[in-house]
This record gives sequence, structure tokens and C-alpha cells, in this order.
Amino acid sequence: MARFSFDNTSKMSDLLIDFPQLTYLLPRFGLSLGFGDCSVHEVCIRHNVPDDFFLLICAIHATGELPRDIAVESVSPECLVPFLRGSHQYYVAKRLPHIEEHLHHIADLLPVQLHDAFMAFFEDYKRDVDAHFAHEEQRVFPHITALERGERPSDYSIDLFTHNHGNLEDKLNDLMLIIFKYLPEDIPADGDSVEVVGDILQLTGDLHCHSIVEERVMVPYVKRLEANANNS
Amino acid sequence: MSSDNIRYRVVSAIASELISAGLADVIADSAHFKLVASLGSIDDALTRLALDRPDLLIVDAAAVTDLNNLRATLGSDVTLVALVHSYVPLTELRRYDAVLDVAQSRGELIRTLIDAAHAATDDDGSGNNTENNYELSKRETDVLVLVAKGLTNKEIADDLNLSVHTVISHRKNIMHKTGIKSVAGLTMYAMLNKLL
Repeated sequence: MARFSFDNTSKMSDLLIDFPQLTYLLPRFGLSLGFGDCSVHEVCIRHNVPDDFFLLICAIHATGELPRDIAVESVSPECLVPFLRGSHQYYVAKRLPHIEEHLHHIADLLPVQLHDAFMAFFEDYKRDVDAHFAHEEQRVFPHITALERGERPSDYSIDLFTHNHGNLEDKLNDLMLIIFKYLPEDIPADGDSVEVVGDILQLTGDLHCHSIVEERVMVPYVKRLEANANNS
Repeated sequence: MSSDNIRYRVVSAIASELISAGLADVIADSAHFKLVASLGSIDDALTRLALDRPDLLIVDAAAVTDLNNLRATLGSDVTLVALVHSYVPLTELRRYDAVLDVAQSRGELIRTLIDAAHAATDDDGSGNNTENNYELSKRETDVLVLVAKGLTNKEIADDLNLSVHTVISHRKNIMHKTGIKSVAGLTMYAMLNKLL
């Protein structure tokens, strides 16, 4: 597993050189490129992002793990909901359409019956993603912002989220396996099939880290907010 | 390709970072295993079961307070492996599927894990895994086709005159052999292999 040893005095450019996949996170924090030799701290201050939260998310996305040496409960949480919304937006508006375009090209090479099943599989997956994100955006995030404003818990509780939080990686993984293990051999590998496997791998890894952020950072945070509201 | 090529998902739950890092290093040596998470506590591992879906869970035997409860929570799908670095009564250790000792060599550790993982898949009642074959058996193919058609385990069992338990075993083998977990994915697989 990769080692993450950056802190807020590290140069932002060094961080991204060691972990290029973190570049995809920048827009979700509202950070732009062109930060010269600025430190993580300087770049974050300029964009009103708490650097401890930024580094926590970077550590998770760099290693695929919750870092053991960061006390998650002491990390500034005010960017959590905007960050998660930004991530959803990125998956739905950028990654999935990109993957879908490649899939269309692959499907066009398949016999008609397989073509339809192939695209139906992806449509089905997109519906799963939409339902998954809709629940979070319509129930979970408003619940968090209400608690942050000091309101008492409504009829929603984060336990409902924990019980229903499905896994978005399995079907993507299936899709990837189908493409590189089970497609007919006459589908050329030099075209979209190789591209799309790379894209799916990147998205699967990203979604895995996203669910760590939700289950290990967001859920404990909301539980603390709920406990405070109930005790006040 | 044989069943030796199946990649097992491993989660470790060990508080000591030193031991945990060492174990990660040993596991990384073997292509049979993928360390999906190395966590600091058994509680962490249990709350993330659905996320990590381990085939093997390696725990610090000295940190286990209620083995019965741990077993019950894991269910029969997860192979429970004890890691031993200090004295743990033998009667306790016998209740794990396998035991890793910090004094063992890399090769011994990996061999123990491989044996434990294979024992778990061979135990599925299908009697098919001993062939070391990744091709689906006739029975597994029958089950796959019915899964792809959207039948429930109960309906498949009735249709093929099998117990529900056997159907579940076949489904586990199908998932292990193809790597595909979702019904939609299995349907695609069946179509691509002209089974539908």
C-alpha cells in the first residue's frame, strides 16, 4: 500500500507529482492549477479550504485507506458536504458520460442482441448511481446542514444511511471483467476497449475512496452532531 | 488457469502498526491475495464487512474477546485467520480456520493462507473445486442460466431438484470462477457465452 507522508508545509506540486490521481480532486475543492511553489497550506487558505480536511481526503485517495495517524474527529468538517456534492457532480457529469461514450463504440461492434444487453447493463448501473446519490443529496446532506445550523434531528437519522448504503463498485467491476475477459476475440483491443478499462479502473478506485470518506468520516461526524443535538 | 489463480480478498485487523505493515508486505508478495484493507481493530473490520467483502479476515488473536460472537457476525463466507505474536491458549487457536505465527517465514505464512483459502472454497459441497478448473461445471452452468433469467435461489433449487444450500454453493463458485458478482453482470456473461 502506498505511503502518504505529506503535511500542510509540503509543496502542492510535490504532492501531485507523487500522487497524480489527486489532481482529479482539485475541482471538487474549488482549487485551480497554477499554484507555483506554494505549500498545501497556502493554496488551501487562498481558496478557503481547511488544509487538514484537504490532506485527510488526499491521504484516503492516495492510499485507499483511512490514515491511522490522523484523528478524524478533530479535522475541520465544514467542507465535507460541498466536497461530497462536488464528487457526485464529477462522477455523474464527467466520468460516466465519458465511459458511456466508449461503451457505445464497443457495443457497436457487437451483434445486435448483445449490443442491447450491453448498453442496458450500463443504463441499469446509471440508475443505481442516480438512486444512490439522490438519497444522499435529498436526505443525508440536508440532514447534516440542518444539524450544523443547530437544528434538532428531523425524522431522518444517519443509521438509515448506514443500513442502506449500497456498493457502487461491484457492477463497475463486473463491467470491466466482461470487457477484458469475456468480449468476443474479434473486438480490437487498440480502440475503446482498452481505454474504457482504464477509465473504469480509475472510477472504481475513486468510488472506493468516496465510500471510505462517507462511511468513516461523514457517518461518525453526523453521529456526533446527532448526539450533541439530542443532548442540548 | 487453475483455482490457484483465484485472487482472494484479505482484510487484516491488527492494532500493532509494525505487525500490520509486515503482514501487508508478506501478502503483497503473493498474487493469490489482495489486501483490500488493513485496519486497526476488529470492530472497524466488522463495520466495513459489506464494503470490503473479505474472503479472509486476519485478526490479532490476543485482541479477540468474544470469538463466538465474531464467528457469528462473519457468517460462513469469511475464513477467519488468527495471527499470533504472544501466548494464546491452544484451545482458543483451534477454533480458527488457520493460524499465522509471527515466527513463521514468508513462505510458511503464504502457504498457510493459501491452504486456508482453498479449504474454504473446497468446502462448498459442489465437489468440483478439486478439479482445479476455472471452467463452469455442467451444474454451475445450469444454475447460471437460471440466475441470469432472474430466478430466486428457491426457484432454482426447485427447478433443478437441489437444496437451496447447494444452489448458494454453486453461485459462490460461479462468482469465484468468473469474478462477476451482480445478476446483471452474470446475465451478460451468459449471453456472451451463448448460454441464453
